[in-house]
Amino acid sequence: MDGILKPRDARDVEAAVRWALGDGKSLDILGQGSKRAIGRPAQHGATLDLSGLAGITLYEPQELVISARAGTALADIEAALAAEGQALAFEPIDYGMALGEPEGRGTIGGTIAANLAGPRRVKAGAARDHFLGVTAVSGRGETFKSGGRVVKNVTGYDLCKLLAGSWGTLGIMTDVTLKVLPRPETEATLVLFGLDERMATDAMTKALGSPYDVSGAAHIPDYLTPRMSIMGRTDAATLLRIEGVAPSVHHRIGALERELRRPQMGRLDEAASRALWQAVRDVKPLSADSDLGSRPLWRVSTAPAKGCELVGRISPASQLFFDWGGGLVWIAPPAAPDCGAAGIRRAVAEVGGHATLIRGPASSRAAIDVFEPPAGPLGALTRRVKESFDPKGVLNPGRMWAGL
Amino acid sequence: MTVEMPPRDPAVLKRRNEIVRALRAIVPDGVISGEHEMRPYESDGLTAYRQLPMVVVLPHTVEEVAGVLRYCHANGIKVVPRGAGTSLSGGALPLGDGVLLGVARFNGIREIDYANRAVVVEPGVTNLAISQAVAHRGFYYAPDPSSQIACTIGGNVAENSGGVHCLKYGLTVNNVLGCEVVLINGEVIRLGGKHLDSGGYDLLGLFIGSEGLLGVVTEVTVRILQKPECARAMLIGFPDAGDAGACVGRIIGAGIIPAGIEMMDRPAIHAVEEFVHAGYPVNVEAILIVELDGPQVEVDHLIAKVSELALASRATTLRSSNSEAERLLFWAGRKAAFPAVGRISPDYLCMDGTIPRGMLPKVLQRMREMSHHYGLRLANVFHAGDGNLHPLILYDANQPGELERAEAFGADILKLCVEVGGVLTGEHGVGVEKRDLMPVMFSEIDLEQQQRVKCAFDDKGLLNPGKVFPKLHQCAELGRMHVSGGRLPFPDIPRF
Repeated sequence: MDGILKPRDARDVEAAVRWALGDGKSLDILGQGSKRAIGRPAQHGATLDLSGLAGITLYEPQELVISARAGTALADIEAALAAEGQALAFEPIDYGMALGEPEGRGTIGGTIAANLAGPRRVKAGAARDHFLGVTAVSGRGETFKSGGRVVKNVTGYDLCKLLAGSWGTLGIMTDVTLKVLPRPETEATLVLFGLDERMATDAMTKALGSPYDVSGAAHIPDYLTPRMSIMGRTDAATLLRIEGVAPSVHHRIGALERELRRPQMGRLDEAASRALWQAVRDVKPLSADSDLGSRPLWRVSTAPAKGCELVGRISPASQLFFDWGGGLVWIAPPAAPDCGAAGIRRAVAEVGGHATLIRGPASSRAAIDVFEPPAGPLGALTRRVKESFDPKGVLNPGRMWAGL
Repeated sequence: MTVEMPPRDPAVLKRRNEIVRALRAIVPDGVISGEHEMRPYESDGLTAYRQLPMVVVLPHTVEEVAGVLRYCHANGIKVVPRGAGTSLSGGALPLGDGVLLGVARFNGIREIDYANRAVVVEPGVTNLAISQAVAHRGFYYAPDPSSQIACTIGGNVAENSGGVHCLKYGLTVNNVLGCEVVLINGEVIRLGGKHLDSGGYDLLGLFIGSEGLLGVVTEVTVRILQKPECARAMLIGFPDAGDAGACVGRIIGAGIIPAGIEMMDRPAIHAVEEFVHAGYPVNVEAILIVELDGPQVEVDHLIAKVSELALASRATTLRSSNSEAERLLFWAGRKAAFPAVGRISPDYLCMDGTIPRGMLPKVLQRMREMSHHYGLRLANVFHAGDGNLHPLILYDANQPGELERAEAFGADILKLCVEVGGVLTGEHGVGVEKRDLMPVMFSEIDLEQQQRVKCAFDDKGLLNPGKVFPKLHQCAELGRMHVSGGRLPFPDIPRF
């Protein structure tokens, strides 16, 4: 380990990569390190600390666009947007609680590199859907750009999509441009109590297939509701969020309530709704400081109506809850050397989707696949894409998959 | 019109009969090789460019597509994929020594999955057919390019098509969940599915909008949405185009994202009004069509707000639709804009740049100057919400030199878009049309990195060569790297 390199600008980043190439070293690419515990642990020649590349370089609220250096704190971006009544519509998760680390950390570059999203993913997309333009340094030590600052753009390949979710393995982003949207004026949540997983899935499917523009659909089983404080109840809770202008929210939540009519229902007003969805977003029921904190934590994406079926195929001792109308399952299986990978990967292979180990001991993360392993021709293509950006394996090698 | 295409391979042309026979063995009922029968394939929506392909092949199973591509890869034969041929940038322009691979026979809807709000279709299904197949349950597929009656979902995937509602509902890339893709070596891969996001690299996001250069799509899974409870449109006239632009900024600044905001300038309004009599005001410099959708109570609430903002932006006329018929009438003019302009001019070129919206007054002024300079009329149709400009350059191809002037005018407009912070193409694609302008927006390094990604998919550069990239490089040449070994070359970088 040769220590930490802290570039001041994009030129320094290029120089650092060239140095690493020349010396045959690899770089551990870091913003604020808030997601360092995710991915495979690996030894690197040096750490490239990008937190010095900070600052908003352009923000035009009427154009719905913001540009910033990649090392800018996410909190700074969110504060600047909030001051204008806007937000990152993809509602990025804060992994602090899940990982047992301080909350409110992370950079905009890391947000994109991990393709973060939150409950609003079902309506508004993930970071990838809002990522308009990038300047990055490849593993060849060359600065390239892609995209722009406008939403409608089909000029050349959309390399932004590739960089989003690549965990720093394809390029070191130095400048990023994102689409922003107005913050919803208000919100409210309809809660259905006492449903089992199948009934909850049906209710969420009905709600998301309705014209009422539901922007969050989650289900918390009864063994986890006491950790959420939902109207003081301890039975299972199915949460349906409606956002928008006040008269519309009032109308739609009423219509949804009539359509789903259940004996046990409740409504959360704006403040309670906001707090609850933040807890869902940040995986509070399975947080690291709870008695489940010693368990591994998996994030599984599947077809929404299949989430229920998927969990029927894993260890019944798992504790879990659903977001994205059933399409996102947060699973804490009992602690095991493989973190429960065998059972979860088998279920995902049978039902479809992908699984990522978010929390687990470093020894396990070194031994098993943390990210969904691409097989066959897709695996070979993944390797060729990596090599097209980083032929010598300088950028975060081994972070996503062993030997890549 | 001429554009330099990759040099023809005489060795391939010499083997034409053998190649046709081999393709017939793979797709017995789908090979077209007669000159007369291939004529309909000689161009796409950009009809100024024409070229007969070496042979046309129309497979209808993934195995046939894989067989054709594997054969072409093994024998070094170029392949141009084609959907319905509605591209406005020449994306499906054939090559004289290449196979034209059409997906028109892949026209089945494989699965409608309401529980997962997904539809699985073959690539030759038209955009509109998807919405029609789910309409009886109140669902639709959101991206709605103007050619939606004819254009295929396969072509939409290749071009990342937009439409008038993408400000609120996104582009193709935001509405496609998965694709089955055949690579040039015949390997079949699945990207995505009915779930969200990727467990590895977002190859699906990369593939969408790659203009047929990375693979051939054989199945597409799209996300469908429930139709909003109602929609109303507003027709707003302004004495100055700058005021109309400012009004759009005010609407968005107030936190309102309409389902669509369209703008037309005076020449476009007049052409349209004479054609469809939609009741557009003719004594204004610009009109906006603003559509709001959602529950009635929300739409009414927002119409009141937008009306206030419009009046504060010096609007001189303002109407809101009070029936579905009236809403459709407001749109009828906009939707007929291109044919309407076609009536007042023998020929026109449709451009497709995007600009930061705030630059609109400056860009309109500069375009007026250019119009004067080139002596050619201009009509503007504009997706105002997202800054996507469609200037229509009016010319007469029978007048010597007019086409060349129109093309030079168009190139100047696109350069202007880039100069003010925008891009060369918002939704029509680069194709052959804007290929040689790519260096205006990208450096050599930018373009080489894109081509290295192309090499990861297509090592021999056989898929749709001559499109998108102005210079063709060998993959081996792009892969070369000079590593200057040694010490940290920047001792002044802070380290601790």
